[in-house]
Amino acid sequence: MKKILILLIIMYPTLSFSIENNKINKITKNLRCLICQGQSIYDSQSEFANSLKKVVEDKINENMTEKQIYKFLTDKYGEWILYEPEFNKNTYFLWLFPLAIFIFGGILIFKKKHKIY
Amino acid sequence: MSSKIKFISIFCFFVFCFFIFFQSLKESKKYTPKALMDKKIINFKMKQLDSDEIITEKDIFEINKITLLNIWSSWCLPCREEHKYLTELKMNTRLNMVGINYKDKKKNAQNFLSEFGNPYSLILVDDDGKNSINFGAYGVPETFIYNSKKKLIKKIVGPIDLKTFNEIKNILK
Repeated sequence: MKKILILLIIMYPTLSFSIENNKINKITKNLRCLICQGQSIYDSQSEFANSLKKVVEDKINENMTEKQIYKFLTDKYGEWILYEPEFNKNTYFLWLFPLAIFIFGGILIFKKKHKIY
Repeated sequence: MSSKIKFISIFCFFVFCFFIFFQSLKESKKYTPKALMDKKIINFKMKQLDSDEIITEKDIFEINKITLLNIWSSWCLPCREEHKYLTELKMNTRLNMVGINYKDKKKNAQNFLSEFGNPYSLILVDDDGKNSINFGAYGVPETFIYNSKKKLIKKIVGPIDLKTFNEIKNILK
């Protein structure tokens, strides 16, 4: 027990570092690089992407939540910077249309099946 | 009859898709965020290029003048192209020009200015690019124009060309 505790204490800095790093990676993977639009900020090595990674790191250190960081960036660059747009009045069609098609298709298949038997 | 309707609706659907894709082909791929329009300038603290004096957003505006904020760098080629327009705009007494030197070496920036001329009344330094992100910029060169009430009235992504140069002149009229 004591050994595990000591190990945890020793590992704490690395653990917390990797948690923070995971958070940076998660956020930067959802951000579009505006210079090289096919890439995420995480993948890109452009000057813009490198600076934005630092900004995201700073914001995390300022204890901002993921949502607050997205809000901060969409206020400046618009929704386009997010790969996964938020659900709001501009995007509800985008989110719900595939679901509607899926349900519609399901109904079609269901009806056809019942006709056959 | 119903197969005819089916055919027509499928045909219309494909025409519709084709039209949308065809239209998007012509669309410019250069992305200019509109999110910041009409918004007030952000708070910032930046060092000057020639001295260690700290400048904030309160220090860059002059009474009754339009302020042009230009992000530039000595390593950026398009910045050289737009420099002649900036030099010409410098003559206009209604305009106050502030430069932000982006991720540059001080020596190179100074060489650039002595070679091409310095159109700016004030030059700030953004050596890690974080301040430019605060401004909502994503590359060099980029130009922000604020009215005397400190609100953003125009944003130009990429170098100033003849068209945008005339647009700026119209704002200054």
